[in-house]
Amino acid sequence: MADAVVDSDVECRISEGDYVVLKRGDVYKSVQVERKKKIIFEKQWMFLDAAIGQLYGSTFDVDPGGHLGLQRPKSTGDDSAEAKEAGQDNRHIVDDGKSQKLTRDDIESLKEQGMKGQEIIQQLINNSTTFRDKTEFAQEKYIKKKKKKYESNITVLKPTSRILAMMYHGREPGKVCHLRYDTLAQMLTLGNIHAGSKIIVFETCAGLVLGSVMERMGGHGSVIQMYPGGGPVRAGMESFGFPSHFHETLHEFPLCKVNALLSGTLNTDEKETDPANNGQSEEQPAAPSSGSSESQSMEVSVDPAEAKKMEEREKLREQKAQEKRIRTEEKRKRLAAAVALLEGRNADGLVIASRFHPCPVLLGLLRFVAPSRPFVVFCQYREPLIECYTKLREQGGAINLKLTDSWLRHYQVLPNRTHPVLLMSGGGGYLLSGITVSTDVATSGAPRKTGEPAAKRIKLDEISSLSNSSA
Amino acid sequence: MQFIFNKVNHNCPMSFVEYSELIQEGDVVIIFLGHDSMMPIKVESGAQTQTRYGAIRHSTDLIGRRFGSKVTCSKGGWVYVLHPTPELWTVNLPHRTQILYTTDIANITLMLDLKPGSVVCESGTGSGSLSHAILRTIAPNGHLHTVEFHAQRAEKAAQEFSDHKVGHLVTVRNQDVCKDGFGVVGIADAVFLDIPSPWEAIIHAKKAFKPRGGRLCSFSPCIEQVQRTCESLLDHGFKEICTLEVLQRVHDVRSVTLSLPDFGPEEGETDSTKITSDPAPEDVPPAANPSYSSVTCKTATPPREMAGHTGYLTFATKPRD
Repeated sequence: MADAVVDSDVECRISEGDYVVLKRGDVYKSVQVERKKKIIFEKQWMFLDAAIGQLYGSTFDVDPGGHLGLQRPKSTGDDSAEAKEAGQDNRHIVDDGKSQKLTRDDIESLKEQGMKGQEIIQQLINNSTTFRDKTEFAQEKYIKKKKKKYESNITVLKPTSRILAMMYHGREPGKVCHLRYDTLAQMLTLGNIHAGSKIIVFETCAGLVLGSVMERMGGHGSVIQMYPGGGPVRAGMESFGFPSHFHETLHEFPLCKVNALLSGTLNTDEKETDPANNGQSEEQPAAPSSGSSESQSMEVSVDPAEAKKMEEREKLREQKAQEKRIRTEEKRKRLAAAVALLEGRNADGLVIASRFHPCPVLLGLLRFVAPSRPFVVFCQYREPLIECYTKLREQGGAINLKLTDSWLRHYQVLPNRTHPVLLMSGGGGYLLSGITVSTDVATSGAPRKTGEPAAKRIKLDEISSLSNSSA
Repeated sequence: MQFIFNKVNHNCPMSFVEYSELIQEGDVVIIFLGHDSMMPIKVESGAQTQTRYGAIRHSTDLIGRRFGSKVTCSKGGWVYVLHPTPELWTVNLPHRTQILYTTDIANITLMLDLKPGSVVCESGTGSGSLSHAILRTIAPNGHLHTVEFHAQRAEKAAQEFSDHKVGHLVTVRNQDVCKDGFGVVGIADAVFLDIPSPWEAIIHAKKAFKPRGGRLCSFSPCIEQVQRTCESLLDHGFKEICTLEVLQRVHDVRSVTLSLPDFGPEEGETDSTKITSDPAPEDVPPAANPSYSSVTCKTATPPREMAGHTGYLTFATKPRD
């Protein structure tokens, strides 16, 4: 434990192919860096080529026409060091709609001339007749508002759970079942997600929850993603840009095979026929071409070039079939690996956040979890979780059940203007959490004779454990 | 002064950062006695622990048992024995100070970008509630540098970390963070402050960060503290300064029974019970009430009283040098 002091700058620099998050104000967007790729962010289009090789956390100007990212010197310097002339109150300020001398067309032409955002703002201030009469606070607010509109800089960040969770909640809450970031935070903590554990995740939150769990595990341990339908959704997880060894800890298992696995009727070989069938249907379009090549072979044998072509085609086909076989085999292996992990029914945790009714999901998947392990279920609505709570109480096998939700309030903190932010999120969803326990009635060592008085049981216990230890 | 109890016991199964299956001598286990009632105990062969359900004999009732099993006490009652986690520890630890609870801890962990390998500076250590959660998250290759100016508390915390088999992940320093800083420079990914005058420690926090920067959080109960902290953060070049507050509501799930009003007999209808039973045929009326004059439904009610304020959380980003 010593010199983490030397920053390896390699991982601090933006490189081609990286997943990054663009930030402007409070707005985020996740993108992959590619050369010559047009990206639209906040009504502006841009190319990220110039960001490659720069440090994460750098801020760039986006120039209006050239759409090239330009680096800009760090600390912005205080741009509000203007004439400190200000009014006391607004008793003489009249809203006649004529205080701004610049017209919309004027501003447009300034923009077209390629004038920088900061300069446009200065122009607006100079041409505002009321600016000097505004209070100091109002002036500040005015500048801030204009900055937001005319200054077009973006910051390029390395993705983290925090940033991606805030991004999804801000941009596409529907995609993550309105899971708010503070609720996600509770899930990761209540689930005791940490390196080295074996966690089952079932989510339909675009892969955000999966990615957050993987980030907390740091590539140590294993994650089994249970997925509905044809395959797991992982876009959100991909946006984290994890190193490749993280992906080795990730497994997937189809939800539709859970019953078979629980009843012991799941055969991993039987799986093989399934993808093989898929393979056949994929092969079908290729079939006519193979037929034509056959017919060719009959009539030909004349043109050596044609024969060569055919041979190549044949080779290609074989290669494709080979690839398919490898893929099928790979898929079978992955399924077998997931089965091996689940079969022990000793997972260290369960995290559920989906658009499905949580009750069957929870009761089904809880059977794969070891005793004394936390589980946490997210639902956008409270009622389904009430049902889960009631069912779990009836069924047993879980204690310390808690149904919770959280409130998140942001504050504006400024000299003499500190107060809660006016707008707050109405709800970030609900959580049901608990701890699994063993359902066996007699867990204590040797089987007990029923009906024996309690005091004697203890003695029996002692004897049996003594004999056990001597054995 | 530094307390290091580094009897590194990598092979010892139970720890706060690694699950194990069976209970062993020396483990800390959580005894679950029932609704919201728990107690932590240290397992020692030959020892006994008294509960309201009778005695638990460690040698026979605990050692060798599986975590999560039901244990019968001497009076015939039973309890569950649980694997420790930072969250269970938070509600069971011996208070030496006011502590941070799981709701705040969860947000601090996420907003500080903590993950395996993170290097974190914390002050004050207090009762170690947050420290355990940090250690869980940054293991196996991160490190926590925690500073506590109260000598006895510092020593006690270090002893606890060692008992919980996380001693190798943490260094406890007994010094004043506002005067002497964190005792490390240029190595932190994250800094957390829970002290009465955080603004005095910002300059030291700044020095503790890696050159590439990182995330800072300060927890304060009063808005005046927040105000001064934010000013200081701004003065020291911190960015993305953001103050928030998170409150958690625990909902009590239960059945409630609402009586139905009696409007008297309806025109052309003589049997008034028929109407009232109609709207909710699914809802099983309480057996004791065969007149069907009430409806029972499952609901979740917020508690009569709840924590209305713990503290404001101020976050900021320390930019690259």
